[in-house]
Amino acid sequence: MTTPAEFYERDRAWHPPAQTPIYKTSVTRSPQYALLSLQQSVSEITGPTFGHTDIDPLDRDLIHNYAKDGGSAIGERIILHGRVLDENARPIPNTLVEIWQANAGGRYRHKKDTYLAPIDPNFGGCGRTLTDENGHYYFRTVKPGAYPWRNYVNSWRPAHIHMSIFGTAFCQRLITQCYFEGDPLIERCPIVNTIPDMAAQGQLVAALDMNATIPLDTIAYKFDIVLRGRRSTMFENRLDGN
Amino acid sequence: MVQKLDYLKETPSQTAGPYVHIGLAPGAAGFDIYQQELGWDIAGPNAKGERIRVEGIVIDATGSPVKDVMLEAWQANSEGVYAHPESPGEVEEGFRGWGRVITDFETGEWGFDTIKPGPVAARAAMGGEVRPAADEELQDAYGRGHAGLRQMAPHINLWIVARGINIGLNTRIYFEDEAEANAEDPVMNLIEWERRRKTLIATRTLRDGLPVYRFDIKLQGEDETVFFDI
Ligand SMILES: [Fe+3]
Repeated sequence: MTTPAEFYERDRAWHPPAQTPIYKTSVTRSPQYALLSLQQSVSEITGPTFGHTDIDPLDRDLIHNYAKDGGSAIGERIILHGRVLDENARPIPNTLVEIWQANAGGRYRHKKDTYLAPIDPNFGGCGRTLTDENGHYYFRTVKPGAYPWRNYVNSWRPAHIHMSIFGTAFCQRLITQCYFEGDPLIERCPIVNTIPDMAAQGQLVAALDMNATIPLDTIAYKFDIVLRGRRSTMFENRLDGN
Repeated sequence: MVQKLDYLKETPSQTAGPYVHIGLAPGAAGFDIYQQELGWDIAGPNAKGERIRVEGIVIDATGSPVKDVMLEAWQANSEGVYAHPESPGEVEEGFRGWGRVITDFETGEWGFDTIKPGPVAARAAMGGEVRPAADEELQDAYGRGHAGLRQMAPHINLWIVARGINIGLNTRIYFEDEAEANAEDPVMNLIEWERRRKTLIATRTLRDGLPVYRFDIKLQGEDETVFFDI
């Protein structure tokens, strides 16, 4: 008999702390009390599941999923692909990955975004897909532009794609951002720098992947995502009996 | 030198930013792209139990409503079963137990309709009992039965992200009218400071006969909501 086990505790030193004054908005939105550590119950080790009836295959193609007939989004055409793994390096199949991003000029299709770069009529800026049986996902999109934001007077976000991932348990839920290799704005970004560990920052930078590039068509970047891993069952007696 | 452990590190979190709606709730943000949005129907039409509405605002350290939050809810059905293979039992067809809402851009109010969840078996270390299932008993995907020596009071798990929140915040909504169960709840009882426990309890009123629970979340400051490291 196999026993469902807990997930490894989250390494909070690897993630950004709640309060990071260099990212000014965090100052008033960060809990001050210590988080209460919970041993996981069924409420934490379960989570929502999604299937192919929930989404459309076109949802993963941001070049076309909002384009008018025959049109396509403007910008550098890219493939963003990779695997969703857990901390045990096992692929997580059939899990939902959702992304959103600015257009090639750095403008979001959002009524709160007033940046002067133009809206692209053929670009919505969101996509979603399920990983395949090997945990692999891919999106086709355009590379987002850098954009200015109000933090310091002259703060610019590096090109980035926001990503939301589920896994199999509510305690694995994660939202992060994917950056692109070689962007000089990454190291200057206060949001990137909320992450204290340089190796952890590097985990958010997608690598140029010439092998996955389609010649004369689309450049590729590879971005693997790691969700929390789960204890093996070899100590199940201790787990349940302590 | 020692051998190297070959575990991977979890991908670090980053804020959902101000435009989270584009990606995760484009319709609610006035942006029509998908045939079908996810997370707007938590319980489905076949769910048994009491139909309820849950509402609130998220408040920052200055006492102001936070108007760009996204919240996700995860809950069991009225019999305490989650729509997941590791939760013993079956849920009604169409019951997902998962929902996603954003706040109103002007007021910061959020709300969702669902059914009131039932009590859920507590983990072994909290006084629950997990053992091989008896024949006639509910079994989970691993063939385990849950004797439910100890139960957790009805609750809805919440995950909160927004601009300025570097890593999603986890909390739980408990229900005012479950005072007895709340008093026995092993998670509630972990909160050493009794006056902080009430930050997890939604207050109940009736609106046109429909029970409405109010659950305001304080990110920081006086009566800061209890958040969990799960
Ligand atoms: Fe952004």
